[in-house]
Amino acid sequence: MRPFTYVRPDSAQAAIEAFAAAGPGARYIAGGTSLYDLMKLDIERPEHLIDVTAIRGLDGIETDGDRLRFEALAPMSAVAINRVVLRDYPVLAESLAKAASQQLRNMATVGGNLLQRTRCLYFRNGAGGVSAGMTYPCNKREPGSGCAAIGGLDRGQAVLGQSRSCTAVSPGDWPVALVALDAYVEILGRQGTRSLPVADLYRLPGGTPHLEFALTPGEIITAIVVPKAAAGRQSTYHKIRDRESYAFALASAAVALDMAGDTVRQARIALGGVATRPWRAVAAEAQLAGKQLTRETAIIAGRAALTGAKAGDHNGFKIELAARTVADALMIAAQRKPA
Amino acid sequence: MDGGERSGDDSSTITRRTALGGTAGLAAAVLIDAGAAVSAAPAPPPGATLLIKPIVNGRVTPVTIDPRTSLLDLLRELLGLTGAKKGCDHGQCGACTVHIDGRRVASCLTLAAKTDGRAVTTIEGLADGDGLHPMQQAFIDHDALQCGYCTPGQIMAAVACIREGKATSRASIREAMSGNICRCGAYVGIVDAIADVAGKGRRV
Ligand SMILES: Cc1cc2nc3c(=O)[nH]c(=O)nc-3n(C[C@H](O)[C@H](O)[C@H](O)COP(=O)(O)OP(=O)(O)OC[C@H]3O[C@@H](n4cnc5c(N)ncnc54)[C@H](O)[C@@H]3O)c2cc1C
Ligand code: FES
Ligand code: FES
Repeated sequence: MRPFTYVRPDSAQAAIEAFAAAGPGARYIAGGTSLYDLMKLDIERPEHLIDVTAIRGLDGIETDGDRLRFEALAPMSAVAINRVVLRDYPVLAESLAKAASQQLRNMATVGGNLLQRTRCLYFRNGAGGVSAGMTYPCNKREPGSGCAAIGGLDRGQAVLGQSRSCTAVSPGDWPVALVALDAYVEILGRQGTRSLPVADLYRLPGGTPHLEFALTPGEIITAIVVPKAAAGRQSTYHKIRDRESYAFALASAAVALDMAGDTVRQARIALGGVATRPWRAVAAEAQLAGKQLTRETAIIAGRAALTGAKAGDHNGFKIELAARTVADALMIAAQRKPA
Repeated sequence: MDGGERSGDDSSTITRRTALGGTAGLAAAVLIDAGAAVSAAPAPPPGATLLIKPIVNGRVTPVTIDPRTSLLDLLRELLGLTGAKKGCDHGQCGACTVHIDGRRVASCLTLAAKTDGRAVTTIEGLADGDGLHPMQQAFIDHDALQCGYCTPGQIMAAVACIREGKATSRASIREAMSGNICRCGAYVGIVDAIADVAGKGRRV
């Protein structure tokens, strides 16, 4: 691992100043479960680490009023067991509880989770580290070098939102649930504060897959805000993995329903595990509005969610799997008690 | 990772053997020197070492580290506490599980620098003198290991699993323990051991 300097400021303002003073090569680190992991693989190469976890008063969870507000440093494990979140927004609690392991959820922050990098095997492997015999091309890791996943071992790759440069899946579960609930992030920078829908935090790979997030260097995510919605009660995060637990999604669906009896007033649907960013399934939502929810309408909506999906050599199964994951998620959410 | 064993002051360079040979306290004491304090400003020079004071198994343990050092390497290489194991070094196997301020974490993905002033508990700190912790005894009673490599991590995770209130059913135990991989496949015994300790309602 390359050497770096390390500081741990105790206020957000001091962190921003430290970032600016450090110049190029500066990075924030929170739990470190994504960044430090990739530093060990020599994929991330920061020269200056600014640890944000000592910033005071940035790990609160607020559930009063008309919104939920999770400060960026709140551990995933704390948000996952918050009483209001568990009762009124199972989709949020489940997206966290089904991610990683309890050890990692105790370390990882809900802010850092939004900015974790892809688990694409070609991105992670072949950076020339000690264990890698060769370097695989990867446009995300080494812009312009090519993509070894296209035409390679692409079983885990995206079927939605990919480009000719990159097919890497956006790995997080929590962002998928947040996108379904129209959440936004509060951001602090040298210019002051701004807010941004979580959906807009993620860029499509296009020709520049190395540019993943719509943040300016030095900006800090201070909080994640979820507008309260009655649909939260009838919600779920359904995640299909290669093993029963402790694995990234092959396909997942975040679903929240606003129902009148059996009829869907409004459905919110987002997909994970199959797309290059958290994927809101607008066509599927439109498909269901005003309809009775049955197994048949659920699978029709599931298929609509995969509109435009394109498979590579080994990941075609994901299209049908994701459609059925959406359908099952709809049926699970509908069985939950409304507000 | 290299450089983790050197202090910032060239005159007090310490070899791995010295660190491992001495007691944890001794090894650490040699290393107390001009380590940079962990604070915001001014920016430390590149390559500067850090002086941190984690409370390891109940003892304040000042130690000077290279900022790259993981908590796992700090424990094993600098403090001679080799109970926590390195399986994957990437957060994937759970063999390195320890507790920080009572919560289980993967020590391989924890920057040692983060433990300044915090309580770190390892498997060595679990037993009460020569008396085994009830979870250690239960692992023996239920044959919850074969090669034993994953065991320190399993036991630290198992204790946390009970404290978190998750040992309510076999399914819940399995889910809560999913971050700990056992290559030998001793899972049935591991779940038995945890269910046994939880069932006896003992404080762990
Ligand atoms: C074995 C393993 C399995 C996993 N399984 C899953 C899974 O199933 N599902 C899932 O969703 N995730 C999974 N993860 C990923 C894990 O959830 C993320 O790594 C974690 O949430 C990242 O949070 P962190 O605080 O550790 O971020 P860090 O690694 O500290 O930071 C990540 C990035 O965010 C930036 N950053 C952090 N905080 C801020 C902030 N407040 N403002 C601005 N920038 C910031 C950092 O600069 C860095 O670029 C897994 C990880 C591992 C190692
Ligand atoms: S060594 Fe830390 S999780 Fe494997
Ligand atoms: S006992 Fe051998 S790995 Fe678990």
